[in-house]
Amino acid sequence: MKLSILLKRVLFIGVLLAIWQGVYMSGYFPAIQFPPPTKVFQAMVEGFADGKLVSALLASFKHLLIGLGLAIGIGTLIGVLLGKSRQADETAGMYLIAMQSIPSIVWVPLAIMLIGLNETAVIFVVVLGGTFVMALNTRTAIHSVPPEFIKAARTMGTKGMRLFFKVEVPASLPYFMSGIRLAWAFSWRALMAGELLSNGPGLGYSLRYAMDFAQMEVVIGIIIIVGVIGSVVDQLFFSKMEKKVMRRWGLLK
Amino acid sequence: MGCAYMFLQVNNVAKTFAEHEVFSGIDLSIHENQFVSLLGPSGCGKSTLLSMVAGLEAATEGSISLGGKTILEPGTDRGMVFQQPALFPWLTVKDNVTFPLKDKLSKKEQDQIAAHYLKMVHLTRFKEAYPHELSGGMQQRVAIARALAMDPKVLLMDEPFGALDEQTRHILHDELMKIFQETKKTILFVTHSIQEAIKLSDRVIVMGTRPGRIIADFPVDVERPRQRDDSRVIELEQEIMELLKGEINKVLKEELDHETKHFT
Repeated sequence: MKLSILLKRVLFIGVLLAIWQGVYMSGYFPAIQFPPPTKVFQAMVEGFADGKLVSALLASFKHLLIGLGLAIGIGTLIGVLLGKSRQADETAGMYLIAMQSIPSIVWVPLAIMLIGLNETAVIFVVVLGGTFVMALNTRTAIHSVPPEFIKAARTMGTKGMRLFFKVEVPASLPYFMSGIRLAWAFSWRALMAGELLSNGPGLGYSLRYAMDFAQMEVVIGIIIIVGVIGSVVDQLFFSKMEKKVMRRWGLLK
Repeated sequence: MGCAYMFLQVNNVAKTFAEHEVFSGIDLSIHENQFVSLLGPSGCGKSTLLSMVAGLEAATEGSISLGGKTILEPGTDRGMVFQQPALFPWLTVKDNVTFPLKDKLSKKEQDQIAAHYLKMVHLTRFKEAYPHELSGGMQQRVAIARALAMDPKVLLMDEPFGALDEQTRHILHDELMKIFQETKKTILFVTHSIQEAIKLSDRVIVMGTRPGRIIADFPVDVERPRQRDDSRVIELEQEIMELLKGEINKVLKEELDHETKHFT
């Protein structure tokens, strides 16, 4: 059964590649605008071999790790504050949702004007991309702690900091994990937006560079890499962690 | 009651939520080592009264004391079992049971206590399992072991078997009786089932509604284990049923009046 799913997926990709090759061979688009799959593959191999794509990837991951780390930290703090204080939630909760609705690319001009055309500006955009979704999910996580857990813990003489760290924090972990997964997804998108308009290095910068030099095969190659990384990291890491927690917490059978 | 010192004492207690008065002027004295049920229809405030003994709710008026000490907040001298097991899903069965003991006892003492109470509820085999791997009845037994692990003076139980199927409920009744006889704990048990109250208790306190109040206080003078077809059991059941019929009718009538007022 499992094999047949794999087979279906491989076949699907095969069909897509065949159509791509077919369109190329029809000659409808000029070759410079529409390279064949083989040429894109070759460009990717070359990029990795001469280290250009590797260093771009490393730079991107550096921006992402710093940005996402800060986003998770700041977002968690804001989320806990809003989750625990009704006053804070009533005052600022609505604005958090408003901030969350701003597409992260919108922050890029602001970041460049404020910080300059450098890596710090990119990281700034990544932080803004992940912080609000992290804060919103942390707030939900705190709000969704089952009240019976709190009551039970109180009858066992648990209160104050111990109640927060030993009951509320672990009880809110499933939603918190969803927050981290979403923060990653948003930060990854923000990273590409930021890098695309930056002065490098980074995967997004390499993409724009390839565009400027009309290297369509590199453009497509990088798009594929961005897609693969996005889904692989989500599937192999964040979704797995989230499901593991949900299963342990009895929320998923 | 002619006793000068009562173990658990409820003095002229009233509870009001917002504008709504749940009950007022509740007086109740409970002896040590007794199994006492609070029985009544929904809305009579029996669970609220139990929460107040637990210290989860504050009395609007009056006071409650345990062993001569006024209850101001929750404490480990009162163990509570809720209708939902409320076990922590991130902890194993054993760690759930030792949760109230953390920071207070050595690891070894905690393990011994957990082993003792898990054996009492017949879950020794499952000490490393996680709550979601257990059935509802087993989870509730862990909750009982957890409450007992603190060695409380009184065990408070809020319809603890209300969410279980009939079969499991009967098994847990028998287990609870054994635990009661073995540990000699004072138990305050909230239920809306007349049969359950009579089967388990030394004393059944019947509460009425609108406003919530105590309407009767029956000692259950029947040898344990009690049979359902025991003539005294049946007699008590009918007597209490008669009393509660009026109360339930009152609720129904009020709801009906409310409806007619709004829909005609």
